[in-house]
Amino acid sequence: MFRTVQELVEIAEMKAISISEVMIRQEMEVKEKTREQLYEEMEKNLQVMEKAIEDALQGVESVTGLTGGDAVLIQKYIHEKNPLSGPLLLDAVSKAMGTNEVNAAMGTICATPTAGSAGCVPGTLFAVKNQLNPTREQMMRYLFTAGAFGFVVANNASISGAAGGCQAEVGSAGAMASAAIVEMAGGTPQQSAEAFAMTLKNMLGLVCDPVAGLVEVPCVKRNAGGSSLAIVSADMALAGVTSRIPCDEVIGAMYRIGKQMPSSLRETGEGGLADTPTGRWLKDKLLGLTS
Amino acid sequence: MKYNSVFDIIGPVMIGPSSSHTAGAARIGKAAHSLFGRAPTWVKIHLYESFAKTYKGHGTDFALVGGLLGFDTDDTRMKDALKIAKERNMQIEFIEDSAAVNHPNTVRLKIGDVGDSLELVGVSIGGGKVEITELNGFELRLSGNHPAILIMHNDRFGAIASVTSVLAKHEVNIGHMEVNRKDVGKEALMVIEVDQNVDDDILRELEKAEHIIRIVKINS
Repeated sequence: MFRTVQELVEIAEMKAISISEVMIRQEMEVKEKTREQLYEEMEKNLQVMEKAIEDALQGVESVTGLTGGDAVLIQKYIHEKNPLSGPLLLDAVSKAMGTNEVNAAMGTICATPTAGSAGCVPGTLFAVKNQLNPTREQMMRYLFTAGAFGFVVANNASISGAAGGCQAEVGSAGAMASAAIVEMAGGTPQQSAEAFAMTLKNMLGLVCDPVAGLVEVPCVKRNAGGSSLAIVSADMALAGVTSRIPCDEVIGAMYRIGKQMPSSLRETGEGGLADTPTGRWLKDKLLGLTS
Repeated sequence: MKYNSVFDIIGPVMIGPSSSHTAGAARIGKAAHSLFGRAPTWVKIHLYESFAKTYKGHGTDFALVGGLLGFDTDDTRMKDALKIAKERNMQIEFIEDSAAVNHPNTVRLKIGDVGDSLELVGVSIGGGKVEITELNGFELRLSGNHPAILIMHNDRFGAIASVTSVLAKHEVNIGHMEVNRKDVGKEALMVIEVDQNVDDDILRELEKAEHIIRIVKINS
């Protein structure tokens, strides 16, 4: 089993296969499953992601009314105006936020790697898809590549906001997405690693400070940040830009920063945005209503 | 390695809003349900750190109860679990516990009915993945990556051999095994992780083995 990104890239280069193929072969071996079984399982996940985005673009609203509807607003803006950040980037943002709006509304989603960060991977996939026209198999490979990088983070650092802050959730998710975009766009395994490192570097230190402890504010909009950064880093890597700090060392830094974060900034809903006048007011109002 | 599958990262499919606070919590509840063998009539839920601070907002409350009712993470009844539990007369108490724990997402479940009770500690480590760290006062380490059999037995010689010989006869391979006891000659717990799911026939045969009190199976 590969333990680090370096090992993952080395296996891919040595065997002249893609990152997704390394992940697929390892999963087949460890879980004693056939390639067909893995595709079948991944296809189910892909369908859940697709359905969540479809629902979001119809418009959803959470029980509290705090989130929902922004994905629709952005789609409308893309179609009616000329977005400064470009239609593909904004489409990814809309679909990433939309997935998390569905999550906040207690709809069905696929955790990638977690529910709070579930927008980045599918959001970018279903936006990039329109330009790269992948086959269904390539779309599944996108998820295996994202999974391979997430696998290293989960085993060497953390993918839990309670343990490592939002950098561990949306940071990991956005970085996983950038690595997957690079592979789908025809980049090398090493370029995937560079893209992953560059996204995660920009997410280091991000705290987990949900208002009223709800996976709504700021989680939905953090997925907008994660998904847009994913696309920018992927483009940077494809342009030949590299990270001065190797990918595994960035993951190590993320882990140590998470350990140094006080508990008030690790998914307790006590610090950061949760501890602003409006954050506290919302908490009193919402939890007063529901309890 | 804590995670050994790509589907720990891309997955699970679940009802929102939080993989650690809802999906993970539901899985801990479900594990308690499986270990108890049925839905309990009373439950005391001790929540720690992040779980204690945010359980209402994150839906940890209904997820734990949904799991205790036997629901899976993608069961659409999940968000109505508290209501369903009330209809079924399940007595539920949530306790925000301030004791120190090793992981911020920790819960202690004390559950039971007229005949029996059970206590376990579960930790939601991220992305919906969980660990059961304590059962009825016994410390244990279940990776959750493989099916496992938990066997409460009396601490006598021959107890372990009687179990392993049944498994050997049915060609069930043991991947990991731990034995713990409270004191010499007292109640003990065997934790056996196996490579494949174990048929109910084999469990019934194990129940008849010497010095065995109770057996439960957990599928990964």
